Amino acid sequence: MIQISFSILFIILGIAFILMGSIGILRLPDFYSRSHAASKSDTLGVMFVIGGLIIYEGFTQSSLKLLFIILFIALSNPIGTHALARAALKKGIKPVLYNRSTEEEKK
Amino acid sequence: MEDFFLYTAVVLTIIIAIPLIRVVKGPTLFDRLLATNAIATKTIVLICLTGYVFGRIDMFIDITLAYAILGFLGSLVVAKYLTSYKIRRQREQEQSS
Repeated sequence: MIQISFSILFIILGIAFILMGSIGILRLPDFYSRSHAASKSDTLGVMFVIGGLIIYEGFTQSSLKLLFIILFIALSNPIGTHALARAALKKGIKPVLYNRSTEEEKK
Repeated sequence: MEDFFLYTAVVLTIIIAIPLIRVVKGPTLFDRLLATNAIATKTIVLICLTGYVFGRIDMFIDITLAYAILGFLGSLVVAKYLTSYKIRRQREQEQSS
C-alpha cells in the first residue's frame, strides 16, 4: 500500500514538472531561456515519472530496463539541448538581453 | 491502478500539445527543433505509461529504449549538420557569388 502511494506521489510530481517545462517552452521570450526550460525541468520530470513506475514495479527485469532509461535520459537530454544551443550561437542568434556596449568594453 | 495510469497518459497527451504550438509558431529553426526534442522526451514517458495500461510493460520497454535513442540521435545529428563546415562554406559561396 505504501509502495503504491509513493508511486502515485512521484508520478504526480513528475507530471507537474513536465507541465511547468512545457509552459516555459511556450511563454519564455527567446531561444536560450526556452532551451533552459526544455532541458532542466523536462529531464527532472521524466526521471520522477519513471522513478514512480520503478517503485510500482518492484525488483524485476523491467525495472532494471526502466533504470537504464533514466540513466540514458539524464545523459542524453542535456547533451542534445547543449548541442542545439551551441549551433544557435554559431549561427549568430543573439540572447534577448544582449548589449553591444558590454562587448565593446571587453575589447 | 491501471485507471490512474490511463488518466496520467491522457493528461500527458494534453501536455504534449503545448510545445506543438511552439513548433508551429517558432520564429527560428532552432525553436522548432527544441520543441520537437521536448515532444520526443515526453513521448518516452507516454509509451511507458501505455505499457502499464495494456499490462505488457516487458514488450513496451524495448520500444521505449529504441525511441529514446532515435530521438536523441535525431536532434544531435541535425544540430551537427547545421554547424558543419561544408554547409557554412557553401552558404558563403552562394552569398558571395
